[in-house]
Amino acid sequence: MTNILNAILVIILVLNLFTLGTSRILTVIRIVAIQGFLLGFLPLLAHNHFSLASILIVLTTMILKAFVIPSMMSQALRDAQIKREFEPLIGILPSIILGALATVFALLFTSHIPLAQEHTGTLIVPSSIATILIGFIIVTTRFKALSQVIGYLILENGIFIFGLLLMGAMPMIVEMGVLLDLFVAIFVSCIIISKINKSFSSMDTRILSSLKE
Amino acid sequence: MVSLNLILGAIAILCVSGFPALLFSSRSNHGQRLTTFLIAVGSVLGLSGAGLFLASGNAVSIQLRWQLPWGNFSAALDVLSVVFLSLIFIVPLLGSVYGLEYWKQSEHPENGQKLGVFFGLLAGSMALVVVARDSILFIVAWEIMALSAFFAATVEDDNCSVRQAGWVYLIATHIGTLCLFAMFILWSQFTGSFELSPVLTMSSKAAGTLFILALIGFGFKAGIMPLHVWLPGAHANAPSHVSALMSGVMLKMGIYGIVRMTQLIPVTDIWWGSVLLIIGIISGVAGIVFSISQNDIKKMLAYSSIENIGIICIALGLALLGRYQGRSDWVFLGFGGALLHVVNHGLFKSLLFFNAGTVIHVMHTRDINQMGGLAKKMPLTMILFVLGAIAICALPPMNGFMSEWLIYIGLFKTITGDAVQSLPFAALGAVALATIGSLAVAAFVKLAGAVYLGNPRNELINHAEESSPVLLVPMCICAVLCLFIGVYPLPVVNVLGGATNLWARSTEPAMSVLHIAPLQLICIIAAVLLSAIIFFLLVFRLWPGKNDIAKGTWDCGYARPTDKMQYTGSSTGDTLVKLFGFILWPVSQKPEISGAFPRRFSFKSVVNDTILDKIILPFFRFAGHYLPMVRVFQMGQTHTYVLYILIIIIVLLIVGF
Repeated sequence: MTNILNAILVIILVLNLFTLGTSRILTVIRIVAIQGFLLGFLPLLAHNHFSLASILIVLTTMILKAFVIPSMMSQALRDAQIKREFEPLIGILPSIILGALATVFALLFTSHIPLAQEHTGTLIVPSSIATILIGFIIVTTRFKALSQVIGYLILENGIFIFGLLLMGAMPMIVEMGVLLDLFVAIFVSCIIISKINKSFSSMDTRILSSLKE
Repeated sequence: MVSLNLILGAIAILCVSGFPALLFSSRSNHGQRLTTFLIAVGSVLGLSGAGLFLASGNAVSIQLRWQLPWGNFSAALDVLSVVFLSLIFIVPLLGSVYGLEYWKQSEHPENGQKLGVFFGLLAGSMALVVVARDSILFIVAWEIMALSAFFAATVEDDNCSVRQAGWVYLIATHIGTLCLFAMFILWSQFTGSFELSPVLTMSSKAAGTLFILALIGFGFKAGIMPLHVWLPGAHANAPSHVSALMSGVMLKMGIYGIVRMTQLIPVTDIWWGSVLLIIGIISGVAGIVFSISQNDIKKMLAYSSIENIGIICIALGLALLGRYQGRSDWVFLGFGGALLHVVNHGLFKSLLFFNAGTVIHVMHTRDINQMGGLAKKMPLTMILFVLGAIAICALPPMNGFMSEWLIYIGLFKTITGDAVQSLPFAALGAVALATIGSLAVAAFVKLAGAVYLGNPRNELINHAEESSPVLLVPMCICAVLCLFIGVYPLPVVNVLGGATNLWARSTEPAMSVLHIAPLQLICIIAAVLLSAIIFFLLVFRLWPGKNDIAKGTWDCGYARPTDKMQYTGSSTGDTLVKLFGFILWPVSQKPEISGAFPRRFSFKSVVNDTILDKIILPFFRFAGHYLPMVRVFQMGQTHTYVLYILIIIIVLLIVGF
């Protein structure tokens, strides 16, 4: 089981770098959808038991992260009529390098912290830290509002992975609550993005700040 | 247990007293009456709780768990709390009744309800501060108190000067709270818990640090001299009954904090008392000197509050010296005098602020140079003012005399006795106290003369008439209480004896103040004096054939004197203002008179707050000039802020391991 778990986590790490490496927003949305689909398997693999509650959360996670949220975002993308992130703060290649560095940092860092016995063999902690850092990188370097939503989504994916450690201790309801929050947040921001675009015709968050006056 | 429950219930009622009124129309007075009724219910509950506690005399405490990560809901009653509670349950009630007429909801539809909410919240949170026995609960109550005072004092926020005074207050009070945070964190480090229970031994460094932090943190609220900058503006710009509550009770919360902290920790050094004594002398003298120099009736009263806080600090300094030296007579006279003065000042300063409010209500100005001649229109108000002024000037037979007299005796005791135990420098306090007393008389002569005596300087006075009973009754109650304590202080002094024992942690049976101070004699003399005054007053009134020739007060033989040709407030105080010019820095615009027909000139003299204008504002201006460079970090872009979070997380990860 651990091998399959680690394999999935490695795929997730690679997908992270993919999100940094492309400027087509639709592609990024698809990558995030795949990532969400893979994330859905993790609770089953991490704990080796198939209770009704865990199957429920697996299904909810998959449906939300792999289908509902991505389709909402691509809808918003169509409404906004943008295809690419034209001018990120740092270029595509440097951001891949940054992401790789963050992944390396996460791996190095994890080797220094004392973990519980059953978590030492898995990649759960480093991949969650790496995903969180990459989420941060996207949020800070991309300026299109939709890219930022994607950044937050990846950030949440990292937190979800970290939550696997606490699966036994944390009630399922907490995880469901987090999912609900995320869904509502993205739902609202997608609506706002398409509405703003209709009346303001720009999605650059640097210019959006002029709306406050 | 019943007593504490009663008081906690009273606190709850006071806190919510203003909220039901929000349901009423903002133009009807019903909501305001309901608020006052609730405050009355709460106050009566609280006072009966306090009375029950004094009758039984057992210390009671309650401790409940709560969901916060630190501390407990821990409250207790002791004699010290009860002394402050008595003030908290009397003054807000009087203020609220006064507000029924002074700040009628129907005349102030835009802010009356807001004032009601925060007035009740202020009273309730002050009571909670006094019963709290847990650092966290204390600081929560403290902050509610500070904020509700801010909102209550700035109800007229459409006025620029009100807003400005509010900001100064808010900044000052939060600097104080910052010190309190530091103090309570250190407290929990030294004692291992947030619980506020007395500590028997503590290193002198630790205790000294706590004392200094308490002095600064609570000093901001009490308004001791270099930390008083918020006080005159906030008091002057608040509605008068809020000023009364702030000056009469809220400043005392600062004193309560210092008293409570020194009760909790052992007195380890002699400098504690000395520092407090010197601060008291500075606040007292400078406060009253500033008071003389002002021409705003409420600013005069506000500065005089600083003076009275100074007197309380002198007395507390004496008590601390006594505790260090093991001289129980200094402790009893100093601490007893301080507590009595806390109660007294709460009563007579409320009386005076209420009084100033009625005058402002009639004259629509706070400038005493625009008033004058009110005595003929409002004789009862004038009599109440004079009673308050007698009390605040520490003249017999009012209560101010009682407390200051105890302090005088205590200070004189520091020079008598053998060389080891005597502390001659503390007797400087007596000199300062005498100076303060005489200057206070000057200040209130100026105030009374300018406001009530002489000829009117303003046409508005033609419409003036005696204040309505709703305004007069709260003042009368204050005056009666002042007179009662002044003539028959024994019951109050007995309670103070218990409080002093608690504070000084003396296990020996309560040393009766009666042994040290011949109070009974004073009572008799006061009664004789009072009856003599009443007797002569009656004789003078009933004397047949007194001549009633109406003359202008400052006629001076001029054929056609105008109302401008009389002593103003400024000119009355001028000699003293010049004398203390080195503190006051008066700014005046004087006319140059030359030639046979001099041109028209106007004269203006202003005294600003030296510390605010010469030290603090220049400092802020300097900061405002150079610190904007730091604003580069605040770009207003979400990315940048997220980047800061990222950087900090990575730094923490690296530093943490």
